[in-house]
Amino acid sequence: MKNKKIFENVVHGVFLILGLITVGCVLLITVYLFAAGIPAIREIGLFPFLFGKTWESTSADPSYGILPFILTSIYGTAGAMILGVPIGFLTAVYLSKLAPKRVKAAVGAAVSLLAGIPSVVYGLVGMLVLVPGIRKLFHLADGASLLAAIIVLAVMVLPSIIKVSITALDAVPEEYEYASLALGATPIETYFKVSVPAAKSGIAAAVVLGIGRAIGEAMAVMMVSGNVANMPGLFESVRFLTTAVASEMSYSSGLQRQALFSIALVLFLFIMLINGVLNLLLKGKKEA
Amino acid sequence: MSDIVTVENMCLWYGEHQALKNITIKIPQKSITAFIGPSGCGKSTFLKSLNRMNDLIQGVKITGDVKYNGKNIYDPSVDVNELRREIGMVFQKPNPFPMSIYDNIAYGPRTHGIRNKAKLDEIVEQSLKDAAIWEEVKDRLKKNALGLSGGQQQRICIARALAVKPKVLLMDEPTSALDPISTSKIEELTVKLKEEYTIIIVTHNMQQAVRISDQTAFFLLGELVEYGNTETLFSTPKDQRTEDYITGRFG
Repeated sequence: MKNKKIFENVVHGVFLILGLITVGCVLLITVYLFAAGIPAIREIGLFPFLFGKTWESTSADPSYGILPFILTSIYGTAGAMILGVPIGFLTAVYLSKLAPKRVKAAVGAAVSLLAGIPSVVYGLVGMLVLVPGIRKLFHLADGASLLAAIIVLAVMVLPSIIKVSITALDAVPEEYEYASLALGATPIETYFKVSVPAAKSGIAAAVVLGIGRAIGEAMAVMMVSGNVANMPGLFESVRFLTTAVASEMSYSSGLQRQALFSIALVLFLFIMLINGVLNLLLKGKKEA
Repeated sequence: MSDIVTVENMCLWYGEHQALKNITIKIPQKSITAFIGPSGCGKSTFLKSLNRMNDLIQGVKITGDVKYNGKNIYDPSVDVNELRREIGMVFQKPNPFPMSIYDNIAYGPRTHGIRNKAKLDEIVEQSLKDAAIWEEVKDRLKKNALGLSGGQQQRICIARALAVKPKVLLMDEPTSALDPISTSKIEELTVKLKEEYTIIIVTHNMQQAVRISDQTAFFLLGELVEYGNTETLFSTPKDQRTEDYITGRFG
């Protein structure tokens, strides 16, 4: 009897420690990012750092303005959403409500596969197909651009948007749909006027999840965006927050290195914001 | 009284399983017709084939004639959405949409093209009054319908069905999920509604059939065993199986 109790306590303790490992990692990263990121911002000044338009970290008279990166990340993510959300959302409606079972299974498997493709492969395909294509189509000197990154990101966010939206749409009680059909509404009217509104918080969560995925992506966008610290334009070579950190870290030193940590901190704050929104949406869903 | 729904030699299969066998029935308009019988006897299935809700189930096959106002509703030329607008339905479990009371009632009219706000307001008010729930909800039309009690939700569903001005109202055990007080309210309402509408109600509750219906049809194992005036059927059933069922020997 006593042994059993000791065993219970030990197991309890083990689980607690395992749980704390995760929380510990998050805390460690948060504390470290703040500690590492704040000194450079202090030295450069918050305003010149966040709103400075030039990033010349290696010149004799360096300047560390990350507005190009911030705007590129925001534009890139927004562009990916503009392309990806309608496609993903409508695909989800089709798969959840209209598709025959076999189509649903086949497309569902394809979507899962899409989610499993490593980002470097997206980048590679983007580099070999998309970048030359954009160069030819728009007669540019170089196809590596914000547009290429947006397209790659749009494809990359599809799986999260589709899967989470499908889960939300599948969870809509059939009774709602029957009630609508029995009133003489057509199936399509029913799906868009009853099922989608009933699943709206889940679909919103899917979009936010997609935003988080897009803003945090580094490898694929680095390979197709040209990686130059320009102010963003659709056909400009651009650099994202993520790629700014990744591309200079290996040879950085001194204030430059510290500034990279500060960029990471800004990115981290963006992600926190998005997670906060996601939590609010999911909480709203439970209360509704 | 003329018959609004007439069914002749109708059979229904779920895949290989025959759920309804040679059903022939005539349902007079502006009256209440009750379908009774034990679980699985086919009464709900038959009800759902009157507004073609069975179309939604895969593998359903129907033969014979199901006529509404003299026209076969399974004819390819029939617009099923229009049919369902004319033959409304109230479900076993109250199923208001997760939106405001107002939007619930306005859903049907909006779907059928009514956009005018004043017109919608009028329809919503009239439907809620007809469903005897206006007084209870008139001050909270913008509140979510899911916040109402089960009995109120069911009357909202009736109001929602009435809002598209149907001719026939199919009710599939509308009180089986409700408490006795809500049940009696729905029953009173149903009796009132037959002045305007033809009501066909499936019920597992024989007292309910006696209380409210004009005709009763007794289903057993997919067959329509006996159909006639409610009082006659319950006092002097012609078929031994009907007598056994209504006296509680099985079911």
